[in-house]
Amino acid sequence: MRLFDYPRPAASDITPEGAYLSRRATLAAGLAGGAAWLAGAPRGAWADPLRAAPGALSGTGLTPTPFQDATHYNNFYEFGLEKTDPAERSGDFHPRPWTVRVEGLVARPRTYDIDALLARPLEERLYRMRCVEAWSMVIPWIGFALADLLKEVEPLGSAKYVAFESVLRPAEMPGQDSMLHVLDWPYAEGLRLDEAMHPLTILAVGLYGRTLPNQNGAPVRLVVPWKYGFKGIKSIVRIRLTETRPRTAWNDRAPDEYGFYANVNPAVDHPRWSQATERPIGARGGFFGAARQPTLPFNGYAEQVAGLYAGMDLRRNF
Amino acid sequence: MARRLSPGLIRAALYVAGLMPASVAFAMGATGRLGADPVNAFLRMLGLWALRFLILSLCVTPLREIAGINLLRYRRALGLLAFWYALFHLTAYVGLDQGFDFPVLLADVEKRPFVILGMVAFLVLAGLAATSNRWSIRRLGPRWRALHRWVYPAACCAAIHFILSFKVLRPETLAYALAVALLLAWRVLPAGMRRRAALSR
Repeated sequence: MRLFDYPRPAASDITPEGAYLSRRATLAAGLAGGAAWLAGAPRGAWADPLRAAPGALSGTGLTPTPFQDATHYNNFYEFGLEKTDPAERSGDFHPRPWTVRVEGLVARPRTYDIDALLARPLEERLYRMRCVEAWSMVIPWIGFALADLLKEVEPLGSAKYVAFESVLRPAEMPGQDSMLHVLDWPYAEGLRLDEAMHPLTILAVGLYGRTLPNQNGAPVRLVVPWKYGFKGIKSIVRIRLTETRPRTAWNDRAPDEYGFYANVNPAVDHPRWSQATERPIGARGGFFGAARQPTLPFNGYAEQVAGLYAGMDLRRNF
Repeated sequence: MARRLSPGLIRAALYVAGLMPASVAFAMGATGRLGADPVNAFLRMLGLWALRFLILSLCVTPLREIAGINLLRYRRALGLLAFWYALFHLTAYVGLDQGFDFPVLLADVEKRPFVILGMVAFLVLAGLAATSNRWSIRRLGPRWRALHRWVYPAACCAAIHFILSFKVLRPETLAYALAVALLLAWRVLPAGMRRRAALSR
């Protein structure tokens, strides 16, 4: 049963080049209007319509989490520790103008403007998302394969890892300004290069047929569906290819609880709770309808990604 | 007016008001109005109220010594409310959250310090609740007071359990832990210092 509706393009909407180019003009006009609108925008305002072709790697048989829950139940500690904080406290955040710098061990370092990223051919991917706190969602992301971007900058042979960095703006992100030292800001994440190049790994610029709301990591975030949600770093400003394993925010905070790999694994518990099952978010009908469901190895993407970890002890490399 | 409000009536009102948050949250949760993750919201709220009533029950003695306000006749009600909320919290965890999956629950109790601390706090409160009646007080005599000092370690366990139940330190959890720490520290002050503190008000 469909729990909500969002603009889902039909197969006939897969855009021919001409229409696609005219979309840039439409988008530019939309953004200009959006900027004016943002100036006097209500708190938590966001999200222009954004069209995308259904991606071949989109999950099937998944029921999307209701839009309201996916955009109002968020972990984004830059805006506060409560799940409701990101939607309530991200109204002053400005996702425009924005650039993403891609550098490090690459032949052609580049700085991408967010509008150029939005103008790329975009796909919709319906993915499971599993949080390390043992809850889960299903989200229709809009984005493009990170591999496409990385190929453009031509990684050098010495590059083994990809480091990601979030924006640091304590004035706009109250959680970064907190007295409590929650995490080492800016938020940092990392992947092995082969994980980053995997076709399932995307940079998302939208969800549910819109650009990303501030609380979901506007304007561009990482989505790695077989890993716990905290690997999906939000509001990215820098991507750096490195030879050594980069630092990651949660691994720094509590290395015994949050590993570098963070692959969803029902057989390896978090020290404080079992990972064998999860609570799906947004089940309707109250808490008697909110039964747990079993967690799948690699969050259900084992067939596609288990090979990346052949021969590794996933209990040690958790 | 004041004379007509008998302690018994106030106690009854305290129970009714005290159980209100749980009733309202239960009704909301059962009808799908407790947010995106109703089980977690309900669980957190029940645990928080258990700790709040525990802290209130610990305030009774200092309040009498420092401010001269005697609420001793309501202390048992506050302690019992803490116990009921701890019981609801545990029941919600076992039934609503884990769906009575006893192998998982046993594994939790066996190896997770934060769950163990919560269990210890609950078991102590259950013991104190079971002996919160006149018959037990008479029966236990002087041992009753010693037994009910177990509320101090229970409050410690509950506060640490609360801190550890989140991924990071939170202002909220630290504030509750600080309240427990101050209330317990006050009790280890020598009587002379406590009297001076009371006189200097």
